[in-house]
Amino acid sequence: MNSPQIEIQIIAVIVAMACAIPGVFLVLRKMALISDAISHAILPGIVIGFFVTQDLNSPLLILLAALTGVITVVLVEFIQKTGLVKEDTAIGLVFPVLFSIGVILISKNANDIHLDVDAVLLGELAFAPFDRFMVEGTDLGPKSLWVMGSILLITISLLLLFFKELKVSTFDAGLSSAIGISPIVMHYGLMSISSITVVGAFDAVGAILVVALMIAPAATAYLLTEDLKKMIGLSLLFGAVSAISGYWVANVLDASISGSIATTLGVIFLIVYLFAPKKGLISVLYRQKQQKIEVSLITFLLHLNRHDEESERHINHLREHINWQEVQARTVLNLAEKNNLIEIKNSVVSLTEKGLTFTEKSLEYIVNNKDEKIEPMKEDFFLFRG
Amino acid sequence: MSITEYFNLLWDDYTLRTITLGTAVLGAICGMLGSFAVLRKQSLLGDAISHAALPGIALAFLITGAKDSGILMLGALISGLIGTFWIRGITSKTHLKSDTALGLILSIFFGFGMLLLTFIQKQPNANQAGLDKYLFGQAATLMESDVQLMIIVTGISLFVMLLFWKEFKILLFDADYTKTLGFNTKFIDVLITFLIVLAIVLGLQTVGVVLMSAILLAPAAAARQWTNSLGTMVLLAAIFGAFSGVFGTAISASQNNLSTGPVIVLVAGVFVLFSFIFSPKRGLLFREIRFHQNRTDLKLMKTLQFMYGIAQEHENISHPHAIRILNNFHGFTKSSLKKLENEGWIIIQGQQWAITQKGFKQAQEMYNQKTMNE
Repeated sequence: MNSPQIEIQIIAVIVAMACAIPGVFLVLRKMALISDAISHAILPGIVIGFFVTQDLNSPLLILLAALTGVITVVLVEFIQKTGLVKEDTAIGLVFPVLFSIGVILISKNANDIHLDVDAVLLGELAFAPFDRFMVEGTDLGPKSLWVMGSILLITISLLLLFFKELKVSTFDAGLSSAIGISPIVMHYGLMSISSITVVGAFDAVGAILVVALMIAPAATAYLLTEDLKKMIGLSLLFGAVSAISGYWVANVLDASISGSIATTLGVIFLIVYLFAPKKGLISVLYRQKQQKIEVSLITFLLHLNRHDEESERHINHLREHINWQEVQARTVLNLAEKNNLIEIKNSVVSLTEKGLTFTEKSLEYIVNNKDEKIEPMKEDFFLFRG
Repeated sequence: MSITEYFNLLWDDYTLRTITLGTAVLGAICGMLGSFAVLRKQSLLGDAISHAALPGIALAFLITGAKDSGILMLGALISGLIGTFWIRGITSKTHLKSDTALGLILSIFFGFGMLLLTFIQKQPNANQAGLDKYLFGQAATLMESDVQLMIIVTGISLFVMLLFWKEFKILLFDADYTKTLGFNTKFIDVLITFLIVLAIVLGLQTVGVVLMSAILLAPAAAARQWTNSLGTMVLLAAIFGAFSGVFGTAISASQNNLSTGPVIVLVAGVFVLFSFIFSPKRGLLFREIRFHQNRTDLKLMKTLQFMYGIAQEHENISHPHAIRILNNFHGFTKSSLKKLENEGWIIIQGQQWAITQKGFKQAQEMYNQKTMNE
């Protein structure tokens, strides 16, 4: 590893971490797509800022572009308020138009501007170390390291300062305004921080991949935990891990670093999506199947409870009556028998004492429909859950 | 080349004719199917799908090595469909919300596509130039075979849409009712989504992945402002879409260095802005005018109500009163008094006013209405 390689990795990790923090709140506030809108819509701001400053890393340009981002949010909210179109359409209309203006500005001034559209979309992390920050002839490291480093510092200090406020306004806007924390201030604060982060990061990773860095770590973390602090921690971790591994994948394939970081984020998300212990696809499907059997079991027991006459409780009759497939009928019957809820004598099924109490309790639950009745019941009777 | 020149050349020049026809057909099909996307609140799905199509294009090129746009489109279609169904999987099986799912799939697929594209660029395969056009679109690269494909696909989608018109419509407005009627809602749903994905994939070459969603949304959002009927909306959206396509191509062809995609988006954006402001029923301008009118009407009624209150206390309702006593009443002006007189509700004599029989009745009825509503 040589020193530009180390610098690129450090920049990548810092960018990923700076994006992950606002990303968590955007995902929790169901505003993930605002990051997409901002990342596209800042383009005209960047181009105009570039006309003025002639330097992609100048703080003035970042502020100008971030302002465009906030204007986008205001514009989207204005269109939503008119009620002419549904909310998502408002987002979908605003950002392509602003982005188009940016693209046209660039292509009309291609000679004066050292900016091309591919670079805006993709960014080029590999070039980041060559733009040095010089003070009186001393080399202080790459400029983008300083820019993103300060953005990350600001984000972290704001997060620590306003953690409580952010938390309450994210989860309960009503309570938040009641205790004197304005959700609107928090909203625009978050939007401004997101805009600044997107603008700072776009140079390194490009407009669209900023979205990946914001949303993917937060979404992955959200599948694993419901604790806000843990979620932020996990997002930071996922961001950093994929930044470094993405860099090395790109190195091997000799391809775009930012594309490869996004792909790594995607792979991590896919793994968590499939295998997360509680919220993952496999465990959800397993749980759904189990719940289906539980419902069948209760239906079956209630049926037995209703009928005293033997003909109604004959094994063959039951299958016709409840209209089950043979396999399902057998599963339910075996389950009930294994748990000593029923006994079978001469092909006639009857409830045991335990089965009777269980059925009565479930009936009570169905009538009252209160969760506190069913939960302990499951623990008492459903031995098969282990 | 100026724009008028462009339209003069349109009838003679073969290439221009092909390109213009292509963008017009594209605008029409996107407007048509976009109406469903907008009404189904799937506006941003288009954005996600178009980005998700990118790796498909790159993979199709890597596997076949062909630049034939048909094969690349097939790749885009497959990868767009995978993206769509993954989004559905995420929203239905986990607690992540649709905005997160859309943004996630959009950015990750796009990133993966970019990884593949940059990988292809480094390959010693001279053939590879041209995949870049899928980012922003180049209408100039449209060939006659592409346009033919577009027309065929548009024809098929139109046919399917007309065939399932009733089902599409009922699913759009009342999904639960559709299910109880015994329609296979899942099938209809998948069919609409498939058509939308198809339209998006068709437009990638012309408009590019980044801006494709706007072509889908903008004509439909504009058309929505002018009508409340689905049929009219679909037709209008198709017309708006076709015009955006033609004008956008004309403008971009008449200037140097202009990608087609952004220009078409801006033209479509102008359509939307115009519709938002000037549509007679929903437009902001007429709505503001209506608000203003209602407000003056309300003030007028308030004044009349006050007069009614005074007149009620007298035996002769037309007993004249001084205008002076109205002065501190909110909403009273000279012009409103004049208006009341023009309506024949009051008579003004010098410095005095008197309520007429007609005005008294008017106020009384309004009062009754008020109590009835309460």
